[in-house]
Amino acid sequence: MAKKSSEVWVFVEQRSGKPADVSFELLSKGKKLADTLNGVLKAVVIGHKMQKVAQETFRFGAREVLLVDHPDLEVYQTLPYSRIMSELVDKHRPRIVLYGATFIGRDIAPRVASFTLSGLTADCTDLQISDVTYTRKEYKDLLLQIRPAFGGNIIATIITPDNPVQMATVREGVMEMLPLSSPAKGKVTNIPYQKNEVDGLIKIIERHHEENKINLKAAPVIIAGGYGMGTRARFDSLYRLADVIGGEVAGSRAAVDAGFVKHERQVGQTGVTVRPKLYIACGISGAIQHRAGMQESKKIIAINTDPDAPIFDICHYGIVGDAVDVVNKFIDAYKHKLK
Amino acid sequence: MKPNSIVLVKQVPDTANISGQVMRPDGTVNRAKLPAIFNPEDKVALELALQIKDKYGGSVRVLTMGPPKASELLRECLYMGADEAYLVTDRRFAAADTLATSYVLSAAIEKLGNYDLILGGRQAIDGDTAQVGPQTAEKLGIPQVTYAEQIVSVKKNSVVIKRKIDGGYEILESALPVLITVIKDAATPRPFKARRIMAYKNAKSLLELERMTESNSLLYINDLKEEYVSDGLYISTFTMDELDVERERCGLAGSPTKVHKVESVVLAGNEHDKIEATKEGLSQLVEKLMQDHILG
Repeated sequence: MAKKSSEVWVFVEQRSGKPADVSFELLSKGKKLADTLNGVLKAVVIGHKMQKVAQETFRFGAREVLLVDHPDLEVYQTLPYSRIMSELVDKHRPRIVLYGATFIGRDIAPRVASFTLSGLTADCTDLQISDVTYTRKEYKDLLLQIRPAFGGNIIATIITPDNPVQMATVREGVMEMLPLSSPAKGKVTNIPYQKNEVDGLIKIIERHHEENKINLKAAPVIIAGGYGMGTRARFDSLYRLADVIGGEVAGSRAAVDAGFVKHERQVGQTGVTVRPKLYIACGISGAIQHRAGMQESKKIIAINTDPDAPIFDICHYGIVGDAVDVVNKFIDAYKHKLK
Repeated sequence: MKPNSIVLVKQVPDTANISGQVMRPDGTVNRAKLPAIFNPEDKVALELALQIKDKYGGSVRVLTMGPPKASELLRECLYMGADEAYLVTDRRFAAADTLATSYVLSAAIEKLGNYDLILGGRQAIDGDTAQVGPQTAEKLGIPQVTYAEQIVSVKKNSVVIKRKIDGGYEILESALPVLITVIKDAATPRPFKARRIMAYKNAKSLLELERMTESNSLLYINDLKEEYVSDGLYISTFTMDELDVERERCGLAGSPTKVHKVESVVLAGNEHDKIEATKEGLSQLVEKLMQDHILG
């Protein structure tokens, strides 16, 4: 068998020229994977006026940037971006390719995986390298793609044993961003953009977006509500607590699905992963997908009417009771202490 | 323009309502105990296709790949207003990952032919991958628009779509044919029509007709099928033999990703401090958090 590549690639996503945090998080993880494989970390940057972004990837361990820079590529478009990425992957056959599980990453990754016949696993919560025995065959240095599945009742480890390229998407915040003290020595390889007629099949008529104002990852305290909050109105007390102690309000997926709180505030496997100093879980049962997004918080307070809720198994302080009542008492106690 | 739409639908286990019975003592999932439902975003996609037909004319066909039982889902599509239903079923397609699934779906779509729009939910609730739509589009060599929240208009050779992006939206005009995946907010599925339930409750797939002939020696499958086709009650059924596919690219064999290990979730059951939900209890907790500099 031909020697497999040991290159780890990260698709660096940009919005209006600004690189996404998740891409740097993935570069940090990619560096560890590349080190384990004795391989090289490379970044793929597509856009316009991206030289600065390309340089920034060296701070996270990239040794080479494959840069496709052209005015036509200023904003993400499915067809040219996926075609460029597919051609690069097809030509170089990296061992691993990582994408953020964002609107863009979830649009481009499956198309590239289909074109290159690669394996692709969505929303991984952990990635590791390991030798694996599968159907009585030995495989060296496979990527273990770990994710909760089936309503969170099981954790599945997915592998791509026989195809050369293993791809995965990862949500923002799941991996830690670890800038190097001194940037890696890297080179930028410019790849010319050759326009193709299929690139123009979709035209952008209008585009409107704002920077996400809610930054859950940076909040020192997060007060999260779950389906157990019952109504959107009962979230008001959580916002009040957030104002008083200086934090952000978040929600579980069930709370988002029920319309209690907006998606950009969702914590968990399909939302954001957070590591605040204090996480207060209100009316959250504690499904694995939710825990995946908050269990590394420094201190966790769980408030739930059900004393058997799984959230109590991972908290530091557990309170059995009605969330709104407890939160109101918490606010009073805090104000009293400040006096 | 009277667009011909094909809607990709999937019957999924109701993962949002997993009860104790569903988990076996060894931690594995007993799928048989889970109720099977219409994947919510696929239902929204069908609604959008029906709205397009209401406005512009054209046709709506629905297509699913799944076990024989998935014909239940196709009948529901007929109750809502789909013109024709297609079932792709074969044991050799089982255990497919998203790549092998999209390969077979694209072959079935090619077989149906004559399409302008392919619609489907953004993702299915049993896997949440959102991969089958884009992969099917790639296999068909057509553009894709994911996260669609509105079909703005259908023009002569194009469609205008509003889609969600990070922190906002964009409005795109795509050439036809195009594959569109839709999010939950895009539409509210219409209820089943009583008249259509009466008309289509007896719609049957080939497998269901075969079962009828097994229990009644007076029935012959070819005659029976012909009768159902002429009554508009036949759910067209494709197995691997009817599709232009290579066996090694289907099912488990055609899936680059494999499940290596499945573990049930075991909670460590860590000890924690129990705080009383009283004024005193919370006062002590706040004090402790301040001492530890968790709260300022």
